[in-house]
Amino acid sequence: MLWALDQSLASEASFLALTETLTSPLAKVILWGTASFLSYHALAGLKHLVMDAGIGETMRGGVIGARAVFALAAIAAAWWGVALW
Amino acid sequence: MVTSVTSFSRTGLSDWLIQRVTSIILLAYFLLIAYQLMGSVDYTSWKALFEHTWMKVFTLMAALSLAAHSWIGLWSVFTDYLTERMLGPKGNVIRLCCQLSVSIALVAYVIWVIVIVWNY
Repeated sequence: MLWALDQSLASEASFLALTETLTSPLAKVILWGTASFLSYHALAGLKHLVMDAGIGETMRGGVIGARAVFALAAIAAAWWGVALW
Repeated sequence: MVTSVTSFSRTGLSDWLIQRVTSIILLAYFLLIAYQLMGSVDYTSWKALFEHTWMKVFTLMAALSLAAHSWIGLWSVFTDYLTERMLGPKGNVIRLCCQLSVSIALVAYVIWVIVIVWNY
């Protein structure tokens, strides 16, 4: 990702070359996987913050929270798919 | 009190807080980047964005947050699973090698970000 940032800012030519590389089918799958994993991690992290506030700390709350995170992460993954293809 | 020698801030309470503060900075940064990439990005607008001082500072804050957040997160994983109890006598060696590799990588990432953001 840092290499991509470097290439995207170095020059217009390297920006266009990067665009080419990142829109190849394999790169899109890797980008989709990375974005989906990051969304899942962020949603699970947000659940932690909610639980730090004392919400959903019961057994039942934990199950509901975990299911909500899975469901939202699945929606996010689908959304990244739509955005990329 | 025995303090841990390889945790990020040497105390769990402050690691806990740092983990949460850095998570918010990282979430804000990645949402901004995702929002920028969703619209039509061309070289001129992308470069203009990174020419703002606030964007350079925000990027550096995100890099430092990533380093701290990863250190704390991976410290938790390594000290839970790469231990003498889980792996036998080799556990301590494996854990310290992993921690050393991770910390060198994180320092390298931060330096790389500084070089990129302040070069162009």
